[in-house]
Amino acid sequence: MPDFLRPEQVKIRIRDLYKSFGPKLVLDGTNLEVAAGESLVIIGGSGTGKSVLLKHIIGLLRPDSGTVEVDGVAVERLGNREITEFRRKFGMSFQEGALFDSMTIWQNVAFPLQRLKKMSRGEIDERVKECLAMVRLEGVEEKLPSQLSGGMRRRVGFARAVAHSPEILLFDEPTTGLDPVTTALVDEVIVDLNDRLKTTTVTITHDMASAFRIGDRVAMINKGQIIASAPPEEFKRLEDPRVQQFIHGDAEGPLSDESGARTGPGRPATPSR
Amino acid sequence: MKMPTAFESFFLEMGRFFQLVGRIFAWTPRPPYDVRELFRQMVKVGFNSIPVVLLTAMFTGMVMALQMFTVLRRINAESFVGSGVSLSMVRELAPVLSGLIVAGRAGSAMGAELGTMRVTEQIDALEVMATDPVHYLVVPRVWATTIMLPLLVVMANGVGILGGYLVAVVLMGANPVSYTDRSFQFMDLNDVFSGLIKAAVFGFLMAAIGCQQGFYTSGGAEGVGRATTAAVVVASIAILVSDFFLTRLLF
Repeated sequence: MPDFLRPEQVKIRIRDLYKSFGPKLVLDGTNLEVAAGESLVIIGGSGTGKSVLLKHIIGLLRPDSGTVEVDGVAVERLGNREITEFRRKFGMSFQEGALFDSMTIWQNVAFPLQRLKKMSRGEIDERVKECLAMVRLEGVEEKLPSQLSGGMRRRVGFARAVAHSPEILLFDEPTTGLDPVTTALVDEVIVDLNDRLKTTTVTITHDMASAFRIGDRVAMINKGQIIASAPPEEFKRLEDPRVQQFIHGDAEGPLSDESGARTGPGRPATPSR
Repeated sequence: MKMPTAFESFFLEMGRFFQLVGRIFAWTPRPPYDVRELFRQMVKVGFNSIPVVLLTAMFTGMVMALQMFTVLRRINAESFVGSGVSLSMVRELAPVLSGLIVAGRAGSAMGAELGTMRVTEQIDALEVMATDPVHYLVVPRVWATTIMLPLLVVMANGVGILGGYLVAVVLMGANPVSYTDRSFQFMDLNDVFSGLIKAAVFGFLMAAIGCQQGFYTSGGAEGVGRATTAAVVVASIAILVSDFFLTRLLF
C-alpha cells in the first residue's frame, strides 16, 4: 500500500472489502487506496475479482462487509437518491463499450450530458464533438453502434464516460479482444485523457503491455486480495512469484495451482441489490 | 450454494415481480416524463400488433359462428348465434386471445431487449449515468402496453363480430337484420367494459413480466434466449390464470 499518501490526497479508499456470490468468495478482505490524479491499473487473471471491485467503487454492487470511501464518503451507506448524486463524480467505460444500441453515437455521447447537466442543445452538440475528437473519432455522430468496429465502439464508450467531465474515470478491460495496434491506440487515448483532464483513473486489465503503458502505479489482485502494488518499473522487478508468473504469462506457477481450485460460476451479471 | 428448488425459485420470481411492480408505481409519478418513449412503445406494442390481432379476431369470430350454428341448431336456437358470437368475443375471446398474441409479440421482445441490455452491461451503464433503469426502460413499456391492449381489444371486438356476421349471413344464410339485432340485444356496456378491464390488466402483467425476465437475465446469449422464452410462457400463464379470477370478480 502506498503509505506515502497523505489523507487529503486519497481519492478512493477501500478497506477490508468482502463479497461473495453464493459459495464463491470473490473479494476476500481487499484493501486499496487510490490517490487523487493518479492512474492506477489493476491487473489479475479472469475471475479474480477485478470487475467486482470496480463495481463496488461506483456502487453498482454492495459489499458483504468492509467499506469503500470516495472523498471520505462511504459508498455502501448511500441511499438510492444519494447514490445518483454521488455517481456524477464518475465516468465509467464498460468491457464491450455498453453503448445503447438503439441510439446513434451522438445520442449515446449526449446521454450523460442530458441526464446530468443542464446544457442547451448547442452546448451539448459542441461537447459531443469535443469528446469524440478527444478519442480521435470524427464524423460518426449519426452512425449506430452496430456500424462501428469494436475498437471504435470502445472509444465511443470513453467519449461517453468523459462527456460530463467526471473527477474519476473507471475503465473495465478497455483493450480486451482488440488487436495490438488498436490496443496501443486505446492506451494512448487513456493516457491522454488522464493527463489532459487531471482525473483519477482506475483501469482494470489483464494485458500487461497496456498496464505498463497506462499506469502510474500497477496493482495486482489475486484471490480477491491486492498482493502487490508499485510503479510500473518497480513492479516488473518485484520478486513475488505470482507477479512474475503473471507478467511473463507462464502456464506453470503458483497462480495456476490456485486457480485450479477456484473454478466456479463467472462474474454474475445481475446486481445483488 | 445449492441450486434453488423449483418451489424456491417460484417464490424468488414472485418476490422479484412484486418488487418490480412496486418500483414501477414508485417511479411513474417522478419526472422527467419521457412522453416520446411512451409514444414510441405504444406504436411498437400497439399499432404494430394491429394486423395480427385483427386477423386473429376475424377468424375467431368466424369459427365461433360456425360452432354456434352447429351447437345451437341441436336445440333449435339458431337465432341466438349472433348473441353467442358477440358476447363470447367481447367478454372473453378478444381480451384473452389478443393478450396471448401480444404477449408473444411484444412481451417476448421486451424480454429479449432488456435481457440483451443486461448482459451487454447497458443497464449498468444507465445506472452509472444517474438513470434508474426501471424508470427509463420499464415504466414506458408497461404503461404503453396497459394503454394499448384495451384499444386493440376494442378493434378486435368489432372485427370478431363482423367475422361472425359474415359467416352467418353469407355462408349460413342468416337474416342480416335479425342477426345484427340478436348480436347486440343482450349485450350491455358492462360486458364491454369488463373485457377492456381484463385487457388492461393483461397488458400490465405481460409487460411487467417481460421486463422482469429481461431485467434479471444472466449468462450471455443463452440467458437472453431463456429470458425471451420465459417472458412468453410466464406471461401467457399469468394471463390465463388471472383471466379466471378476473372473470369471477367482474361478472
